Amino acid sequence: MTALDTQGPTRREPAPAGSRTGGPGAPVKGRARTALRLLPLSPAIVLMAIFLAGPIGYALYGSLTNAALSGYRAANPDFVGLDNYTRLLSSGQFWESAWLTLLFVVASAVIGQNVLGMALALLLRSGPKRLGSVVSALVVMAWVLPEIVAAFTLYAFFSSEGTLNTALGWLGLDGPSWLILFPMLSVILANVWRGTAFSMMVYNAALAEVPPEITESAQIDGASALQRFSRITLPMIRRAIATNMMLTTLQTLGVFTLIWVMTGGGPGTKSSTLPVLAFQQAFKFAQVGYGTAIATVTLVIGAAFALVYVRVLKPEVD
Amino acid sequence: MTESTTQASRREPSGVAAMPGTVAPPVPSPAPPQLSSPTRKGTTLAAGAALVIVAVAFVVPLAWLLLASINPSATVSVTVPTSPTLQNYRTVLTPELTFTPLLNSLVISGTTALITVLVAVLAAYPLSRYKMRFNRSFLYTILFGSCLPITAVMVPVYALFVTLGLLDSVPGTILFLAATSLPMAVWMMKNFMDSVPISLEEAAWVDGASSMQALRRVVVPLMRPGLAVVFIFVFTQAWGNFFVPFVLLLDPAKQPAAVSIYTFFGTNGAIAYGQLAAFSVLYSVPVLVLYLLVQRLAGGSFALAGSVKG
Repeated sequence: MTALDTQGPTRREPAPAGSRTGGPGAPVKGRARTALRLLPLSPAIVLMAIFLAGPIGYALYGSLTNAALSGYRAANPDFVGLDNYTRLLSSGQFWESAWLTLLFVVASAVIGQNVLGMALALLLRSGPKRLGSVVSALVVMAWVLPEIVAAFTLYAFFSSEGTLNTALGWLGLDGPSWLILFPMLSVILANVWRGTAFSMMVYNAALAEVPPEITESAQIDGASALQRFSRITLPMIRRAIATNMMLTTLQTLGVFTLIWVMTGGGPGTKSSTLPVLAFQQAFKFAQVGYGTAIATVTLVIGAAFALVYVRVLKPEVD
Repeated sequence: MTESTTQASRREPSGVAAMPGTVAPPVPSPAPPQLSSPTRKGTTLAAGAALVIVAVAFVVPLAWLLLASINPSATVSVTVPTSPTLQNYRTVLTPELTFTPLLNSLVISGTTALITVLVAVLAAYPLSRYKMRFNRSFLYTILFGSCLPITAVMVPVYALFVTLGLLDSVPGTILFLAATSLPMAVWMMKNFMDSVPISLEEAAWVDGASSMQALRRVVVPLMRPGLAVVFIFVFTQAWGNFFVPFVLLLDPAKQPAAVSIYTFFGTNGAIAYGQLAAFSVLYSVPVLVLYLLVQRLAGGSFALAGSVKG
């Protein structure tokens, strides 16, 4: 058995999973055996290579052309080198959109969803149990709803004749047209409404893992509730916080439907985050090459965050 | 005197060491070592109040959806209908408005989930059962892939589909949806498969089963809850996906509910909010039901280890 174990060139340690001869096909040795074992992976690899890696490679190439949506330049785009990128980096609209994306991600995900999610997780533990389960069911429902339904619902809520302004009217206030005057605020609040459930569930699970003995002993030593939370609970769940920040950031970076339905990126481009701008450039202004360049930039930003997540946080693989 | 003693003794249980003869005011004793009940009650009350505020913020938009759907004269503002009817539902329950789009959604999401589960089970097997250096890098790669903002690549995907002649093709859309959900599905499937004890499979090997036979006859039946969870997860994501079919499918007859609801809203939304809400409810109910189902299944899938004993 040990002889067999050392044969495999790719095997580092005789793990329990690999400590038997791998069933049938045992006579096949070395690389051939590894290849045979990896065979079931091939459908997944082929599918992901064509439809996942394919578009990414195509994005890198397409962003270097002047492809149009239709007509001559759609079928025969010219290679224009880095023109799209130089145009992009010198365009005020791109930088405005990049700033809006940053604002959207930081305000709605990093701050909004994370803080509200944490607050809810804490409230669920200290508030009345039955009320807590009702609230968490409602929050989760907003998250489970199809994105486009959530978008319609929030469009109605923030409309100038919508529920929010009706409620403000009861208080004698004249609410503005939120979607037109404050489009970013509207979509940020909408994304908090829609996405908080995820953070709430992550933090709820994380808080349940903190042993109560530790906070209790700190309490006996005279630590206030705030001190116990900031000095003991937060440091103990910092991994969950970092992971959640990363995942909500990546999720929010790709948000399209919510913004598209609520404001269409407008008025003008006042709420066009990068995914919305890429879509507008490609399909509204028929500049596929330029839109692809914007998409590529967004993808690179996302990839950087994903890389940090995988490399620094190192989720358990085995 | 006697009166004050009884008073003092009455106070005793609350932990205040009252001196006889003094009517102790209800001030807290200096630094009580344990959380006294009034404070805890106060925290619960404050937390309850905060929860009520959150509940209102979340329930109001949801209430609009339900109330507007039964209101024949619904607006964008939430109102309790004076004469609730099912008229909105009757109006939208026509083949071209609801049944065809929902059927399209079912076909697209169902096939996507089926392909994904099938491919993911196959892929998860070597990842879970063999210890290879390849596994680690592969798993990190797909984890990385599952994090990428796929919406960002929809423009190049459109261009690629034009080149491949797959634009407006339902199978093409399904394959794309399957490929984008595969990283997460493989990841989940591998974890579920890890919890199926290897000893059962070894028994099958001893009896001369091939690895694929062992997968089909032993592992898959044992991880049915896991398969269901992955299936529902992928199905729900595809069902709710608006952007991918919006870009890749042009023919209204092929479009799923997510896109037709948007088209409907674009053309009739300003007048027919009640119908829009009714349509949204019909379209959302399957997802809500599946979510409840997955909650039950996820709880049960960890009981697998029990099959080793006995």
